[in-house]
Amino acid sequence: MKGNEAIAEAAIRAGADAYFGYPITPQSEVIEYLMTERPEERTGMVVLQAESEVAAINMVYGAASAGKRVLTSSSSPGISLKLEGISYMAGAELPGVIVNVVRGGPGLGTIQPSQADYFQAVKGGGHGDYKLYVLAPSSVQEMSDFVGDAFDIAFKYRAPVMILSDGLIGQMMEKVELRPQKERLTDDEVAEKYGSWALTGKKGREHNIITSLYLDPEQMEQKVRKLMKKYDQMEREDMRYETFQTEDADYLIVAYGSSARIAQKSIELARNKGIKVGLLRPITLFPFPKQPLLELADQVKGILSVELNAGQMVEDVRLSTEFKVPVEHFGRTGGIIHTPEEILEALEQKIIKDGSVRHHKTREQSIF
Amino acid sequence: MEVLDIIRPENKVFSKSGLMTDCALTFCPGCGHGTAHNLTMEVIDELGIGDDTIGVAPVGCSVFAYDFMNVDMTQAAHGRAPAVATGIVRTWPEKYVFTYKGDGDLAAIGTAETIHACNRGENMVIIFVNNGIYGMTGGQMAPTTLSGMRTSTSPYGRDIDTMGSPIKMSELIANLPGTYYVTRQAVHTHKHARQAKKALKTAFQNTRLKKGLSFVEIIANCNSGWKMTPNDSNIWMEENMFPYFPLGDIKVNGTLK
Repeated sequence: MKGNEAIAEAAIRAGADAYFGYPITPQSEVIEYLMTERPEERTGMVVLQAESEVAAINMVYGAASAGKRVLTSSSSPGISLKLEGISYMAGAELPGVIVNVVRGGPGLGTIQPSQADYFQAVKGGGHGDYKLYVLAPSSVQEMSDFVGDAFDIAFKYRAPVMILSDGLIGQMMEKVELRPQKERLTDDEVAEKYGSWALTGKKGREHNIITSLYLDPEQMEQKVRKLMKKYDQMEREDMRYETFQTEDADYLIVAYGSSARIAQKSIELARNKGIKVGLLRPITLFPFPKQPLLELADQVKGILSVELNAGQMVEDVRLSTEFKVPVEHFGRTGGIIHTPEEILEALEQKIIKDGSVRHHKTREQSIF
Repeated sequence: MEVLDIIRPENKVFSKSGLMTDCALTFCPGCGHGTAHNLTMEVIDELGIGDDTIGVAPVGCSVFAYDFMNVDMTQAAHGRAPAVATGIVRTWPEKYVFTYKGDGDLAAIGTAETIHACNRGENMVIIFVNNGIYGMTGGQMAPTTLSGMRTSTSPYGRDIDTMGSPIKMSELIANLPGTYYVTRQAVHTHKHARQAKKALKTAFQNTRLKKGLSFVEIIANCNSGWKMTPNDSNIWMEENMFPYFPLGDIKVNGTLK
């Protein structure tokens, strides 16, 4: 099935209570699949097409306030509109899942795939001191699996979680092993499980308040500290990554999502030429696999960060490796997908040939 | 009557609703918000639905409604309360869901969310307190500011040619099939407050009967924003606001009056 359809089906199976969304290419299949599938009959899950992305994320905010498992999906320009709501969710400590099937930008940009929303997802995006837990699927299987995982993390931390995909994986068709149907919680179960904080009706307790407003500076600072503790815990307990052929690697490619898929092929091509290259794939973009990267920096001679953008994650790779080895970026933009050959060529030119001299190229040189 | 007689329980003529907390109201003395809060909670209390009510507070003067109203409440981003309330009522259809909003929140930044929640006929109550000015931010022009009215962002008076006309939200949304009950009330006199309470009760009863969206507009004074004494502001409201925003039912049982 298509990546976007996998997300929709996985949401039903994850026992989601509601989906609120607004159509936008290249992810409209999510709501189309849900509307066709009639989840209200299968599990009682609500699906509603909102009047805008802004309204959709605020419907998520409302349902999450009331302790329900709820998600929305969109693509880049739509996510920009949702950021206000995401910041409010982070501030009010509400669980919820936001899927971004990224397209190229800025502005209306293109409907073609891109990874240019890395900064937006990982560096806040919305206003204020908060972070998003960001999962980056690189297959249709992970599109499906990460929906359930995202809900688990969202409720573990009472925080919004983003699945950062892209148009390539969203539109790609692959075989998927779907997880079994998880029962939706009944209203009574929601009240029992989340009644300590959620709006479930105040029967037998004091009234609950969900807010992100703290006019007292001391209180506001306390709130920010509480959020930071949560993010520290995410870094300790829920950072995810995987490595591929790094054991003997002289050079390292760091790539996530669709770029990681393509880079695996580049590594095969490189090894056929006798160049030992490995891959580190961050599965969570926040928390970022800082420590594994720092350790690999002692082993390899240079690192290439491969992203479908003009160079975003490369900054985190440099920070994580503490400038121990040269780190360069390669990536196509505008919806053009880099080929395995292009990546290998970039590795040879930018890292292997002149990687011994530490200098950064201009942004323009970095892209092509 | 001596002071000690006045505070005897048998001489008590008024008390705040049991669903109002003991938190001191943050509204300016003379403002209509406090009465509107109290009436809302009285109605919810009298209908016996306090344990099953979920409210959504806006951004504006009534942003702290959740501190005063003793029911489960969330606070929405500016203008987004009808969307937030939609999320709640769609996933908790048996609850009584209401939003309490001011004119900037409902009729400017939240126009889209308001109109679409009304159009979908969400089974909820929207309470709309219209005082024709942005109170909390210090008296700027609202979408409902009257023609010629001076505010800090229309210091020479609202010029209809460049700033548009004051928007009549109740009339606008009453034309949408999704709204079941639309009424405009006031709370500055006992008579008006009683009338408004009746309207609020009808609205929450409609929710009980799953009739769709009930919209209760309350024209209120903003003595601070209008730079008048509370009494003068009430007189000014009657003479200027009521002719443009006439009180009374606009739509009852799904039928336009």
